[in-house]
Amino acid sequence: MPVHKQHYAHIGETIYSEKLDNGLSVFLLPKKEMAKTYSIFSTNYGSIDQTFVPIGKQEKITVPEGIAHFLEHKLFEKKDRDVFADFSKQGASANAFTSFTKTAYLFSATSQIEKNVETLLDFVQEPFFSDESVEKEKGIIAQEIKMYDDQPEWQAFMSALKAMFAHHPVHIDIAGTVESISKITKEDLYTCYETFYHPDNMTLFIAGNFDVDTMMDLIKTNQEKKQFRKTDAIIREYPEEPPEVYQKEKKVSMAVSVPKCTIGIKEYGKELDKKVYLKKEMLTNIVLDYLFSKGGAFYEKLYEENLIDESFYFETNLEKNFGYSLIGTNTNNPDAFSRRCKELLLSTASLPVTEEDVERMKRKKIGQLLRSMNSLEFIANKFIHYRQQDISFFDLIPFVQTLTLADVREFLKNWIQEEKLSVCTIMNE
Amino acid sequence: MESTVETQGIRYHFIETKKFKTIHLVAKFKAPLQRDTITKRALIPYVLKEGTKSYPKRQLLRRKLDDLYGGMFSADGSKKGENHIITIRLELANPKFLPDNTAILEEGIALFKELLFHPIADGKAFIPAIIEREKQTLKQKIQSLADDKMQYANLRLIEEMCKGEPYSIRVHGYEEDLNEVDHKGLYEYYQNMIKEDELDVYVVGDFNRREMEQTLSKYLQRDVHPMKKISLSGEKRISKQKEVIERQAVQQAKLHIGYRTNITFKDEEYPAFHVFNGLFGGFPSSKLFMNVREKHSLAYYASSRMESHKGLLFVFSGIAPENYTKTKNIIREQFEAMKAGEFTEQALCEVKDLISNQLLETMDHPQGMVELLYQQVLADTEQDPKELIAKIKAVTKKDVIDAAKKIEEDTVYLLTEEGGNASA
Repeated sequence: MPVHKQHYAHIGETIYSEKLDNGLSVFLLPKKEMAKTYSIFSTNYGSIDQTFVPIGKQEKITVPEGIAHFLEHKLFEKKDRDVFADFSKQGASANAFTSFTKTAYLFSATSQIEKNVETLLDFVQEPFFSDESVEKEKGIIAQEIKMYDDQPEWQAFMSALKAMFAHHPVHIDIAGTVESISKITKEDLYTCYETFYHPDNMTLFIAGNFDVDTMMDLIKTNQEKKQFRKTDAIIREYPEEPPEVYQKEKKVSMAVSVPKCTIGIKEYGKELDKKVYLKKEMLTNIVLDYLFSKGGAFYEKLYEENLIDESFYFETNLEKNFGYSLIGTNTNNPDAFSRRCKELLLSTASLPVTEEDVERMKRKKIGQLLRSMNSLEFIANKFIHYRQQDISFFDLIPFVQTLTLADVREFLKNWIQEEKLSVCTIMNE
Repeated sequence: MESTVETQGIRYHFIETKKFKTIHLVAKFKAPLQRDTITKRALIPYVLKEGTKSYPKRQLLRRKLDDLYGGMFSADGSKKGENHIITIRLELANPKFLPDNTAILEEGIALFKELLFHPIADGKAFIPAIIEREKQTLKQKIQSLADDKMQYANLRLIEEMCKGEPYSIRVHGYEEDLNEVDHKGLYEYYQNMIKEDELDVYVVGDFNRREMEQTLSKYLQRDVHPMKKISLSGEKRISKQKEVIERQAVQQAKLHIGYRTNITFKDEEYPAFHVFNGLFGGFPSSKLFMNVREKHSLAYYASSRMESHKGLLFVFSGIAPENYTKTKNIIREQFEAMKAGEFTEQALCEVKDLISNQLLETMDHPQGMVELLYQQVLADTEQDPKELIAKIKAVTKKDVIDAAKKIEEDTVYLLTEEGGNASA
């Protein structure tokens, strides 16, 4: 397949892409004015992919919690060396992360870009797991889990997810538990690796200061040298998740100086149709922002009533088969905050929104998108996120421009119901 | 790339670049760190967010920002060496990329002026209700510092280590001082600040320099001619090794160690110190990470960070409480190894590349760029990042060893679980 060139005139960017013979999707975004290049190699595999049919097998299996994250750690270690050191030697800084739906390996560098891209491809595609190194890693990850256990923010986040989702594995901590990771074996790692790290399930995105033709040739040559099994679409299974929240209220006790209260909005718990995804995501984002950002109508009320402080935040995360929004704060009065916040959310169905409001929401979103494009990391990560829904990140600004007052009103009419809300409080006993 | 002009009491720094899709305006007010002003200075950024003369309510101000295509406004206080800096940023979409060509740049600069010089006030005082409310907000911020254990341990280390020195002053101020701050006193202090502080304004992005200068000078003026340079007495402290152990309900202990480097940004040895830090604990390939975490599996994180203007170095690690003595010894061994020159020429070469990479990358972010360039103002030198990189590349093994020998361990701080037995 030839290289596909897509120019986005409104922002002056061009993306070159190709799906290679082995199934790998490659995207290149040259930006010569930058000093650095950011490269991310991502698999469509995260902490929620616990039950699946392994490659070449017929029966589905369920693997221990935290395995995707464990695998991420282990890929950096090879028989004779540590990959971090390889990147360091080549002047690059490397990292990786595991989310609910993705595991990604990345580096940024200002020199030796081609060599570093090869290192990135090779280390991810040449696993080495031994019984001994798997055991050793358990100690390190246990420390990481304990570090998170001490962080009230993370506990507030995970507890809110646990309150919302009854069965969907998004309610399980990405790193697993000290107990679950103790069960992980070398064989489990290879099973997950071979199934989910097939090139057909992966994307390579490179943005920054490099030559497109040289880079594409290098990637192809590198991939042609490697053998991969033929594969069909991976069969993954997620439990049936009801639309309503699991617990309307959840209290967690932990040593905090100020209690933390989080309202969870369970947006959905099963696969969303691709056609409605973008509109839903964009409207959820701009409406939450309109209501809860500083100056927003609801923010002002909560602030005036002394229910929130500087720690107040909101976020929304909509993925293919689950979606949630969170609104949280440190507060000495969690009951009053949650009562008021729920009341406000429940009033949104009949919220009077004007043309002027919608125009302001759209302008703000366009400005935010432009600002986010200052960051190569952000572009690459978002590009991969939206691509899973067959959407190009660079088409978002034109899409925002098409939104209308009617769209916003329609969205608000159906957004919030009582049974989609849960309240989670973290406080001292 | 940076061009600096001082006019009407403001030092402007213009950085024209096509890297970004936005235009950044950043103002930095600088004054010496002092216990009797810090709480006021910590509070001012909160007050500035509450409204201006023309947009007298926060909601009106935020709407104006939204109308300017989501203009991004922030204000905060920070500590650099023994200076306190109030930074006010306004980031605007570059009109070149907007669907309709609008005048948001000039409107944005007019707003920037108000954000800096005309916060909402009533005659000669701030609005009492706003001040009382923001005092509450700051109070909660101060109280919640104890929740982030890594940050808390670092703050406590500095307090113990720099007792009696301005650097020990907490950047968020003090709860007990808040009661004495009122709308009149704070306004008086603010007026003093906008007149007396050193003021630097950075403009970063793809803009027309001549038009930008004209618009800025139309809106921004101060009656200070010329700006007073504020210099600090560089009092030298002798290190005295000490150990502080504090107990709380934590599962993971934090072992933080503070050192006196006796080297600051403007010193000749600074590039070598930068390289020292890279080899010692600045990267995942550094001695601390490789030994404390990878070789002995003692910690999830183990790294070092330098403070360039006071001349300090901090080591951070998160460990199991029972591993305290073992980890401390390994950290000390690594430090001694650095002084003894136990690193290869190849490692030296690699770390120089990593640092250069890091500095160049920082210049790819608008905020990072401003922070890096501002180092020169702080240190009162004209060593730009390019020159610094060149000097770093020229650092030899001997330079690193010489820098290492100037560094002295000062304070070991351990935050650990209750009831355990963590004797040294």
